[in-house]
Amino acid sequence: MTDATLSFEEAMEKYDPVLGFEVHVELNTKTKMFSSAPNVFGDEPNTNVNEVDLGMPGVLPVVNKTAIESSIKIGLALNCKIAERCRFARKNYFYPDTPKNFQTSQYDEPIAYDGYLDIELSDGTMFRVEIERAHMEEDAGKLTHMGGATGRIQGADYSLVDYNRSGVPLVEIVTKPIEGAGSRAPELAKAYVAAVREIVKNLGVSDAKMERGNVRCDANVSLRPHGRERFGIRSETKNVNSLRAVEHAVRYEIQRHAAVLDSGEPVTQETRHWHEDTRTTTSGRAKSDADDYRYFPEPDLVPITASREWVEELRATLPEPPAARRKRLQADWGYSDLEFRDVVNAGVMDEIEETIAAGATATVARKWWMGEIVGRAKNADVDPGQLGVAPATIVELNQMVEDGKINNKMATEVLDGVLAGEGTPAEIVEKRGLAVVSDDAPLLEAIDAALAAQPGVADKIRGGKIQAIGAIVGAVMKATRGQADAGRVKELILERLGV
Amino acid sequence: MTDNNELIRLSAAALAEKLAAREITAVEVTQAYLDRIAAVDGKVHAFLHVNADEALAVAAEVDAIRAAGGAAAEELHVLAGVPIAVKDLIVTIGQPTTAGSKILEGWHSPYDATVVERLRAAKMPILGKTNLDEFAMGSSTEHSAYGPTRNPWDLDRIPGGSGGGSAAAVAAFEAPLALGTDTGGSIRQPGAVTGTVGVKPTYGGVSRYGAIAMASSLDQIGPVSRTVLDSALLHQVIGGHDPRDSTSLPDPLEDLVAAARTGHVEGMKIGIIKELHGEGYQAGVENRFNESLELLKAAGAEIVEVSCPNFKYALGAYYLIMPSEASSNLAKFDGVRYGLRVLPEHGPMTIERVMGATRAAGFGDEVKRRIILGTYALSAGYYDAYYGSAQKVRTLIQRDFDAAFAKADVLISPTAPTTAFKLGEKLNDPLAMYLNDVATIPANMAGVPGLSLPGGLADEDGLPVGIQLLAPARQDARLYRVGAVLESLLEAQWGGPLLDKAPSLTAPSLSDSSPAASTAGAASSHGGSH
Repeated sequence: MTDATLSFEEAMEKYDPVLGFEVHVELNTKTKMFSSAPNVFGDEPNTNVNEVDLGMPGVLPVVNKTAIESSIKIGLALNCKIAERCRFARKNYFYPDTPKNFQTSQYDEPIAYDGYLDIELSDGTMFRVEIERAHMEEDAGKLTHMGGATGRIQGADYSLVDYNRSGVPLVEIVTKPIEGAGSRAPELAKAYVAAVREIVKNLGVSDAKMERGNVRCDANVSLRPHGRERFGIRSETKNVNSLRAVEHAVRYEIQRHAAVLDSGEPVTQETRHWHEDTRTTTSGRAKSDADDYRYFPEPDLVPITASREWVEELRATLPEPPAARRKRLQADWGYSDLEFRDVVNAGVMDEIEETIAAGATATVARKWWMGEIVGRAKNADVDPGQLGVAPATIVELNQMVEDGKINNKMATEVLDGVLAGEGTPAEIVEKRGLAVVSDDAPLLEAIDAALAAQPGVADKIRGGKIQAIGAIVGAVMKATRGQADAGRVKELILERLGV
Repeated sequence: MTDNNELIRLSAAALAEKLAAREITAVEVTQAYLDRIAAVDGKVHAFLHVNADEALAVAAEVDAIRAAGGAAAEELHVLAGVPIAVKDLIVTIGQPTTAGSKILEGWHSPYDATVVERLRAAKMPILGKTNLDEFAMGSSTEHSAYGPTRNPWDLDRIPGGSGGGSAAAVAAFEAPLALGTDTGGSIRQPGAVTGTVGVKPTYGGVSRYGAIAMASSLDQIGPVSRTVLDSALLHQVIGGHDPRDSTSLPDPLEDLVAAARTGHVEGMKIGIIKELHGEGYQAGVENRFNESLELLKAAGAEIVEVSCPNFKYALGAYYLIMPSEASSNLAKFDGVRYGLRVLPEHGPMTIERVMGATRAAGFGDEVKRRIILGTYALSAGYYDAYYGSAQKVRTLIQRDFDAAFAKADVLISPTAPTTAFKLGEKLNDPLAMYLNDVATIPANMAGVPGLSLPGGLADEDGLPVGIQLLAPARQDARLYRVGAVLESLLEAQWGGPLLDKAPSLTAPSLSDSSPAASTAGAASSHGGSH
């Protein structure tokens, strides 16, 4: 069953969207939030568990200090206040992915609160998103429902549970209601989640891979008629796990809410599931404020105290904020807005910075990463940084071209060799016998042959039509199997023709 | 070689000395206790599991090390080779752990509790696992899913609870030492009604890692023994910081054994808690309590009266906090990962229904009662009125203790308001059962340490009476210092340990014998009609 929707434009004419986000960030600590089991993604199910993660009788939690440090860093990067003293609580509910049948989470005493994040939209507009809180909790295990048609628990024959993820440290970042985004709400949604992802990656506290669930977003959407102050009833779309999906899900929910409101019905307060294939949401669990998790302070843990000295020590270790860093790098490199945005979108800003640090100019670094490597990464379906091209390799390649040892065409061939693991650029040049022909004699021979073969072209050049030279150069390059320096070939042709 | 019957009546300290002097072997001692268990546990039912092979193997190892001599023998712990029983709420590798519940029947823990690791490091043979009220919920051990334990003084009476198994095992000479857990009195009250010694250490003084939690903020593991010194020796083995328990105190342990050995009351101020005696306390209990006060005064202690006006709210607050925490702690028993799994007989096979059927079949009535109570108390809209208020009472109780300890070095009271009641007597009256813990609960609510030692036999029934000593947090040594003195004064009066007056359990005419002689302060003894 498909829900009715209004066009986005019509929805915007009639209604004003209010957004809210809960972003869960998995921390990349060595061990879990409350146990010494390894925090590793992708291993055999139920291998990274000990008695604590399995909720065995008699076990007790011990807080991971690194997780607290990471949480404080996230709080600081989100311009939050850090609580001097805070506690964990138990959130009680029965579900088999939670081995204790309660989740140890922070409730009314988050470690970080009252922050904000300034988000830059594509046209440079700045939008401030207020952060309500960032609190610590543990992840649940992963359920796989077997035998049903949908992969959902309904209709499944049985379910398998993997507790490797159980107890992985999470920081949940909750925004205040975001008002005033108007028709830019979907774009803001994407930009906000992207900014959070970038911050935690930049801090080094999370692997920040959305496809692995390191960063997960629940998107709250409600609509109200223009001019009304009171919020409408919201839906919460769970686990929207790519940036594109965040944008689409918010857009879809706005359109769906608008249709519901237009029909005169109230919006149902519920969780929604996002479907990437149809780019729609479907109804999940009815959620009301009466959900009773019977929170109470976790008696097995003592309160966490974050001394001001410690917080300031951590603040001093924070890296430059991504937005400020971008501004600085663009100015340093002299890229245009368009060039810089392309670099950022291609995900090679760090790589270009490293390449420049290794000795390349900003122009050369951009040429190589944007011109050569990004395309190859796309073909290989990996991030450009993961292709394994060292900044030093690019500097070396570029030096060879500048020295005239190889030409650009050869350089790309050498790059392919590097990617194929054949060795350093120098080794590959040697091995493949690539070298610009620098002895003029064989070039002159090829030039004479080419001029003789195309007397008309030779006449044109003599007559001053220098641009016709391309045909002769091409023939010479062909004859020398690309090993000639095209610049030198041009000089020699002109010399030969006395132009 | 000492005769078996003598061997099992020796204190742990005496056993340790004889073992060190190689007068006896650990295998002999362990075998003597296993024989005693075989002889009397059919009547007492203190044990849920007997761990004979492992216990004898550990004993043999100790004997071999001693026989070989040298550094390894020198480094043996003072209690090496002294056997011990462990309450079946504490997890052990190699033996089942049931918590007295059907829901864990047959479950084997994949890990050892920290205290068990420490027993193993000290090479103390573990005789087995002792009976308890299901998940330590009760004051009589009648709530065990595996049948009640009986009081060695009178087999028709309860041994206290929840740690009735540990107390009865020690009282019946089935073990020289045992581990208990105390959430509201589960070590001290069984100690009182069986004529044994039991200590609830300062909260955080002994690691809780591996003790199946009832109420995390109240639970504490502690020693059960026949003498004050023996408890100190065991406390010294199990106590001290454990990084696996976040509530474990970082402080190094005081020398508790030295405190018990030196003993001292002269010039000490001992406070009688006005609210914890008198009305509601059995006359025989009051008499023995007053006698102990006289003895302490004669020994040079100054007896002062203190008032703890908020103690009257302790029981009510306890019955909100304990079930609240228990309702959450016991949620993990759902049939998904371990233990009992019951499938619903009718209707759809959903995870909720399997969990429901498992819990309905696996938990007994008292456990269900407390889970329901706690779930209700934590519910939205009730939290502030119940759990929130109870936490405030807790603070008030702590303040009462602070004020009392400003006036007195230790506090004293009867451990329980009555002697052992009859099996079944209070089973259908939960409130009457709960009232038995009225004097022990305040210590748990405030986290302060408490010790119960035998104070004699009540005049009206000839059954043991317990005297409770309380000290400020982290001052457990005071309990041993004062307890050792009072114990020696009382034993001098009785002409030996109180347990010498308990029935033998193996005498052929047991059913006609009186459980206690009348020399232990009891004017007459007409209890124990067994």
